[in-house]
Amino acid sequence: MNPEKIESPTIDQVGVEERVAKLKSRSIKKDSKVHALKMAMSMIDLTTLSGDDTPGKVRQLCYKALHVHDAYPGLPTVAAVCVYPSMVKVAARHLEGSGIQVASVATSFPSGQSNLSLKLEETRYAVEEGASEIDMVISRGRFLAGDVQYVFDEIATVKEACGKAHLKVILETGELSTLDNVRRASDLAMHAGADFIKTSTGKIAPAATLPVTLVMLEAIRDYYYETGVKIGMKPAGGIRDSKTALQYLVTLRETLGNDWLSPDLFRFGASSLANDLLMQLEKQRTGRYQSADYFSLD
Amino acid sequence: MAKKKNKEKTRIHFDTDWKYDPAPESVEHIKVNKQYEHYIGGSWKSPNEGKYFNTVNPASGKRLARIASGSTSDIDDAVAAARKAFGPWSALPGKERGKWLFKLARQIQERAREFAVIESLDGGKPIRESKAVDIPLAAAHFFYHAGWADKLTYAFPGRNPEPLGVAGQIIPWNFPLLMAAWKLAPALATGNTVVLKPAETTPLTALKLAELIDDLGFPPGVINIVTGAGDTGAALVQHPDIDKIAFTGSTDVGKEIQKSIAGTGKKLTLELGGKAANIILEDAAIDQAVEGIINGIYFNQGHVCCAGSRLLVQESIESKVIKKLKDRMSTLVIGDPLDKNTDIGAINSRAQLKTIQKYIELGAKEGGEIFQCEGSLPDGKGFWCKPTLFTGLAQSSTLVKEEIFGPVLAVQSFRTLEEALTKANNTPYGLSAGVWTDKGAKIFKMTTKLKAGIIWANTYNKFDPASPFGGYKESGFGREGGLHGLSAYVTF
Repeated sequence: MNPEKIESPTIDQVGVEERVAKLKSRSIKKDSKVHALKMAMSMIDLTTLSGDDTPGKVRQLCYKALHVHDAYPGLPTVAAVCVYPSMVKVAARHLEGSGIQVASVATSFPSGQSNLSLKLEETRYAVEEGASEIDMVISRGRFLAGDVQYVFDEIATVKEACGKAHLKVILETGELSTLDNVRRASDLAMHAGADFIKTSTGKIAPAATLPVTLVMLEAIRDYYYETGVKIGMKPAGGIRDSKTALQYLVTLRETLGNDWLSPDLFRFGASSLANDLLMQLEKQRTGRYQSADYFSLD
Repeated sequence: MAKKKNKEKTRIHFDTDWKYDPAPESVEHIKVNKQYEHYIGGSWKSPNEGKYFNTVNPASGKRLARIASGSTSDIDDAVAAARKAFGPWSALPGKERGKWLFKLARQIQERAREFAVIESLDGGKPIRESKAVDIPLAAAHFFYHAGWADKLTYAFPGRNPEPLGVAGQIIPWNFPLLMAAWKLAPALATGNTVVLKPAETTPLTALKLAELIDDLGFPPGVINIVTGAGDTGAALVQHPDIDKIAFTGSTDVGKEIQKSIAGTGKKLTLELGGKAANIILEDAAIDQAVEGIINGIYFNQGHVCCAGSRLLVQESIESKVIKKLKDRMSTLVIGDPLDKNTDIGAINSRAQLKTIQKYIELGAKEGGEIFQCEGSLPDGKGFWCKPTLFTGLAQSSTLVKEEIFGPVLAVQSFRTLEEALTKANNTPYGLSAGVWTDKGAKIFKMTTKLKAGIIWANTYNKFDPASPFGGYKESGFGREGGLHGLSAYVTF
């Protein structure tokens, strides 16, 4: 397919911001809040992506993923643990049989400034090590230079290299500068074979924002209208508290409806969000806020 | 990768286990009296003929208060009080009149929540809209005109603006406090005194405003509020000692008023009905345009004179836009006006609900294809109507021609810009219009040729006290807001 021919509608930023302001004003209370907090927990890709990650640190994170719900009976587990390729093996070993996925970033994360063969090699390596989900970055420089064919082919070949692993395509919206670009990159990624589209690496500010997420969700909706295929969405970076997470879920619910309210089609790339969700759930259960010291920091 | 085309199944399912729990605004701090009298000459006066009527909560059908019904003699009293107050009020330095208006504006801001809740109780509009639109804009109108009060000679340079005298003002039920502010603020800033008649279904916020005016110790007789229905309004219009009539309401009543004061020398401004075309071109930012169309017609249950009640969509994107509209309509929350999550509240009155239902039946009879979202309406004795969309209508369909004043959108398609302009202008009304396109050149082309007083481009229902509001043709004449609005209350 010729990616130049993909038709993306223009985006009116003022209109997007107005819509987001309305969505943010939804009041989520009581049972509906508990329901949403649990749902948010089930959608978390618990993430550590640092230069100083060690097997020990990753082991701790996996332990947390497995036991986050000990304190709160009936709580779903997080969806995945997301690490660098070199840590995939450790994570896979600790999460085996738990149903929690191992996601790995790849393709010269976070900048993507390398050549395609190395990116493919890295992708295959991560999959071989045991990753069932690959979070790739697109070449933003190529995209901004207008070389959409390159970006399209890049995504399509990485998708091939993934084999059975799911592919999440990181657009790094903080570097795309306009919502029009976010929309075009979303359409490009979906047509090239993305299973998920994802906002950010978390290394660039701004990371995920609601306007960007809304535009991407609307792109997913149009793609669904057109093809009947459901693409997933993953906002990542900057979503630290329950209130913000609920705003994302409201936006999701009122844009894509019930089918997307599932970890199969929506994820949060976040690390500290899990603790805040736990704290809010405890607040709902006991009527009081507990000290942050009662929630383990991993 | 093989991706099957399966368009039939591509419906978005908004029915989910994750329901929003009720989030009602508290009403504990609200005080509504069992009975309200007229506010005349700075005090509360029982109606001379002793008659009262009920104002009800349209979400429950229950009575909120008994309201004094104004007779000709009540109007006589109110006009006499306004006449008596006119001399001293108009002689006050502009700066002093400005101070009173600033005080009023600040008080409305301080008591915004109380006003918002009462507005939603009495009129059925969602609390979100009362809080975000009605009350802040009402305060803004007083602030804006307070600023003009001592600068009138700069507003009209080289001329000598003088107040007209006593203004009779009749306001509608769709934005009760906001319309009171639109009428009162310019009249008072320019030195006129006022007799105001609120709508019979929504008098409470105007009466709360009277309480506030009383608390502030406003000079007696400057603002008089007489409640009642059409007869009370007619008595006000026909009173010989009125210098100016300002009316917002239906075109039929507007015509009656114009007839009845012909030859009397009374000044007149009319802000009447509308049947605005919201025009969406194929290059528009579609999702944002869809949002604008929803806001244009379903804002305040469609009880908006400038509502975008006709959608003209370019044929190449028609099916896409209609599909998106239907999906968006399915996410609108209909119910308790006091719930913070409510998007569509109650229809203002039983009579208005009947009118809307009559039009919906007529639309189906005339061959239109109706869409309403699934789900049930709230139980009880309130007045409810689902957001409704009609496709397959012709320019000659009643639903395209007549103002419904409810949540009913009539959709038509067009092929060229010329056709869109012809259709948009082919109406006796000319209040407002909307254009959605990504191309600046098309905005200029369309907006210069649309015959409407207010035209929005890539947005809708935006109001500001500095921006004049008013219509062409049978949508009335005169402007409210801005310098134009000010000039309707002065003579040179």
